[in-house]
Amino acid sequence: MTKPKVAFYWCASCGGCEEAVVDLAEDVLAVVDVVEIAFWPVALDFKVSDVEALADGELAASFINGAIRTSEQREMAELLRRKSAVVVAFGACAWLGGIPGLANLSSRESILELVYRGSPSTPDGDGVRPREETDVPEGRLRLPHFEETVHTLDQVVDVDYYLPGCPPPVELIRSAVTALVEGQLPEKGSVLAPDVALCAECPRVKTKPADLRVTEFRRPHEMIAEPETCLLAQGLVCLGPATRSGCGAPCIAANMPCTGCMGPTSRVVDYGAKALSAIASLVAAEEEDAVGEVLRRLVDPVGTFYRYSLPASLLHRRVERETAASRGGAEG
Amino acid sequence: MSEPRFEPRIVAFFCTWCTYTAADLAGISRMQYAPNVRAIRLMCSGRVDPQFVLAAFRDGADGVLIGGCHPGDCHYQQGNYNALRRFELLRLMLSDFGIEEGRLRLEWISAAEGDKVQRVCNEMTEQVRALGPLRLVRGPRRRPRGTSGQAEAERGPGAVEEAELAPVLEMGGREAR
Amino acid sequence: MLEPESTRPPAPISSNGGPKIGVYVCHCGLNIAGKVDVKAVVEFAASLPHVTVARDYKFMCSDPGQELIQQDLRDGLVNRVVVASCSPLMHETTFRRATAAGGESPSHFQMASIREHVSWVTADGDEATEKAKALVAGAVRRVALHEVLEPRQSPVRPDVMVVGGGIAGIHAALTLADAGKHVYLVERETTIGGHMAKFDKTFPTLDCAACILTPKMSAVRAHPNITLWTFSDVVSVEGFAGDFRVRVRHRPRYVREDLCTGCLACIDACVHKHGKFDDEWNEGLSKRKPIYIPFPQATPPVVVVDRDACIWFKTGKCPRTCVDACERDAFDFEQTETYDEVEVGAIVLATGYRTFEASKMPEYGYGLYPNVYTSLEVERLLNAAGPTNGEIVLRDGSRPRTVGIIHCVGSRDAKHNPWCSKVCCMYSLKLAHMVKERTGAEVYNFYIDMRTPGKGYEEFYDRILKEGVHMVRGRVAGVTDEAASPEEEGHLVIRAEDTLIGSVRRIPVDMVILAVGIEPQPDAQEVRRLFNISCGSEGFFTERHPKLAPVSTFTDGIFLAGACQGPKDIPDSVAQAGAAAAEALAMIDRGHVTLEASTAFIDEAACSGCKTCVGLCPFGAITFDDERRKASVNEVVCKGCGICVGACPSGAAQQHLFTDAQILSEIEGVLEYV
Repeated sequence: MTKPKVAFYWCASCGGCEEAVVDLAEDVLAVVDVVEIAFWPVALDFKVSDVEALADGELAASFINGAIRTSEQREMAELLRRKSAVVVAFGACAWLGGIPGLANLSSRESILELVYRGSPSTPDGDGVRPREETDVPEGRLRLPHFEETVHTLDQVVDVDYYLPGCPPPVELIRSAVTALVEGQLPEKGSVLAPDVALCAECPRVKTKPADLRVTEFRRPHEMIAEPETCLLAQGLVCLGPATRSGCGAPCIAANMPCTGCMGPTSRVVDYGAKALSAIASLVAAEEEDAVGEVLRRLVDPVGTFYRYSLPASLLHRRVERETAASRGGAEG
Repeated sequence: MSEPRFEPRIVAFFCTWCTYTAADLAGISRMQYAPNVRAIRLMCSGRVDPQFVLAAFRDGADGVLIGGCHPGDCHYQQGNYNALRRFELLRLMLSDFGIEEGRLRLEWISAAEGDKVQRVCNEMTEQVRALGPLRLVRGPRRRPRGTSGQAEAERGPGAVEEAELAPVLEMGGREAR
Repeated sequence: MLEPESTRPPAPISSNGGPKIGVYVCHCGLNIAGKVDVKAVVEFAASLPHVTVARDYKFMCSDPGQELIQQDLRDGLVNRVVVASCSPLMHETTFRRATAAGGESPSHFQMASIREHVSWVTADGDEATEKAKALVAGAVRRVALHEVLEPRQSPVRPDVMVVGGGIAGIHAALTLADAGKHVYLVERETTIGGHMAKFDKTFPTLDCAACILTPKMSAVRAHPNITLWTFSDVVSVEGFAGDFRVRVRHRPRYVREDLCTGCLACIDACVHKHGKFDDEWNEGLSKRKPIYIPFPQATPPVVVVDRDACIWFKTGKCPRTCVDACERDAFDFEQTETYDEVEVGAIVLATGYRTFEASKMPEYGYGLYPNVYTSLEVERLLNAAGPTNGEIVLRDGSRPRTVGIIHCVGSRDAKHNPWCSKVCCMYSLKLAHMVKERTGAEVYNFYIDMRTPGKGYEEFYDRILKEGVHMVRGRVAGVTDEAASPEEEGHLVIRAEDTLIGSVRRIPVDMVILAVGIEPQPDAQEVRRLFNISCGSEGFFTERHPKLAPVSTFTDGIFLAGACQGPKDIPDSVAQAGAAAAEALAMIDRGHVTLEASTAFIDEAACSGCKTCVGLCPFGAITFDDERRKASVNEVVCKGCGICVGACPSGAAQQHLFTDAQILSEIEGVLEYV
């Protein structure tokens, strides 16, 4: 009997998700034993044409990580979708946009301007920018189009399952692959992690008072946190209450507050808005000026609350005054 | 040919005991004011979830107004303080999103202040009109759950399409539009 | 613990299948139809998803109007109802009832206010119609997601507790007991009577305080329906309206209350020949022995041993002549604190006030000059059972020949208490009269305004004026013993601007009486937390509404009476006590409380135990199970504000009738179509 074929692909990502697969360590052999990896650019030499040659739906599953920023990533996502029975958005970037999603706070123009002209490490020169099409003696060279906005995978193709985390915890990967191979996957559209927030598995939750009131927010570099006490109770902005569990709380174990990489529970429409609401509600002050003073200590609220989820958020990106590009219809 | 005047659409969240009652009072007193504010009634301003504010902007509102009881007078004692705290943080964050100050407003309006409802609605309408339409560049629709062909077959005839009813119910899951 | 019972609406509930929404647009005569194009709104409504019926009618709230709805429900044409008419605050209940009468759950109903919020406030008819459409669309989208909710009720226990045995508490207790209710009257001191028992005469009638109070105190003791617990306080309160479980602590007197007859032989027999310890009842103006009774008519007439003063407790070496003197063998030095737990349906708080501490105003010399007294001290001097048997004398025993009474001490003062204490002008006039009567002294009252609003009060003021009391209108700057002229030698000098003649006066007096104001009790914050009510910024207990609900609180089942709610005189305290008793009676006799419909609830499986919600609830309705690490909402205590729901970071908490999905769909609705 032929083994089911799977593909791993990376879009706008850091490579950490690939490493997470490797982190299965000896278990990866068990994976390789039951599936046939038909496409994995970081590790194996298959080409895009090999994928194109497959029949539609021939891939049992594609695990796609990274957000969609360029036309190449969009095309690959669409290709893999066509060729796969099941598409799994692998990691925070694919599900919610991830860290690359924070680029939605800038315009395409300002990014290119900074990278190719404005940054301190760019030599003075003619501000040369790459062109999407260039003719050379050998023929026409093409570069992918750098899109206006970062998108999540499911804003571009249909996604069947989501594996959260930055990167997904090894245990969750293991369970997901096992479920796939055994045909035990849950309802389509599910996030493959417990649907309850991190406090449920946090070892420090017993030290969290029921009437917590914050008078001052602290940042991780300003203090060395007590190793056994709830981090939120110590004034650090820990987003554990708003973030899915299933990761084993490794950040907490490292004495650092949760930053939300496992995303929201299924009952939340906008992660950042809910996390913001919970954090704000804990402030002790009642008077406008006093409240403002305490909250102003939260440097970079967008980055704090939407670190991994800006493209998936209700507002999707920073508002730009309507330009010709954005008015030009569907993105990408 | 002159452009038709931009009519802002403002969604308001009014608490039952104070602001909504004040709006009723404005009505009983026949105070005329701009029709641009569409009020949604909640029991308390402390119920206002920042998700509501953002959803309103996403759904096309040019401005959002939150109305609650004056500090110290909340019918539920603490609700308005929570509204204030969430509003203050939301305000700080919205500026990072490029949403101008003036599009989100929090007002304390007691049940006796029908005239304040009139004044605030008029003021805010003009303020948002001057700012112009928000026109968010919206994220494209996410596909509803299970459209890999399966769900259509599974649903029998006449079954209620839940996706039609419910708006976005989870982030990254199904979205019903 | 009593279980809440469900009451079923009259007709069977049906809501099978998906939503079939009926939209009913009211003309309200011309109130709506005169501005809004009602037909256009109906047409628009018919185009909305899941709307199966769209009608308009002249007066939806009328019987035929309601019949329209009920008929469609009975015919199975609709199973969700939207009425676009006046404010829900006006007719939501009406239409909910109509929906229920048609056989559908009353919660499958939503109102759009197109009168108060549209036709009455919008000048242009087209704009009004567009706004009406938007609000209708919001309601239609929302109602599709409403759930079935049955109204619930909870039974009320028949007994009542009154906390505080001053005149307010006494009157409330007697009223309730006379109505046949069993009352627990809990008083912290060893006797009931409160501040009133310390006075000599009361204004404006100059009734003897003891004469009008002691019959009521005896009635309390004798009443078969009253359990009187003195020297007792409340240590914990659990439960909610109709079902409170109160734990009361009884402190040991070391004398058995059931045996002591109040003969006082033990006090005479005490090894202490004279009093040695500050007598608190006499405001420290006299000394008492370790064994004492506050005043002769104390109720119950039982002595008490002060453990900290008694030689037996301090050293173990005392012949205990008191025990020998007791014919009833009532002593029990082994007594310890005991506790009682009772279940009551309602609680009346009548915990009273304390007076402003005059030493906080050193400029008036209290504590500095021996002959500066507070009004309460002077009441004790005037009282025949007091330290001087009713004589007004200076510390050296001589009679004062001039007396100055300073109004507003601690009151109307930005540095101390900003409020007016309401009673001080009247009692200062009373003291002026009585001091003058007893001593023949020249009396000066220094006031800012003369506040005499009650029945007979202005006439009393008039009388005092005619008696030749001198009135100086001006706030007293200070009291000093430094003489600036020979006449002032040996006197205390009161310096004040007499604003009526426009100059500063120095008036030498022998005695200064400070009209100290009324403040909340020092433990008001602890008490209010115990009972889950709130205090205002001044520290008095907060009433539900300053005008229309002065004796109830935001915590159902807890009522207020007397000065604990704010400064007031005896007539108002008694009136308020009667009102509180009446409201408590209404609740007890009704027999049940209807629970809030829009309560919050927590999905147990979804709750992560993050505890964000627990401390946010102003009513303590959320409990946290430390074992299972789950929060849960007590839906009997929950008032339905939704604070916890807005804050819950993982969406585990929701609110009936105001779920996230319902509100988000309403937002979408008001913006999607128009």
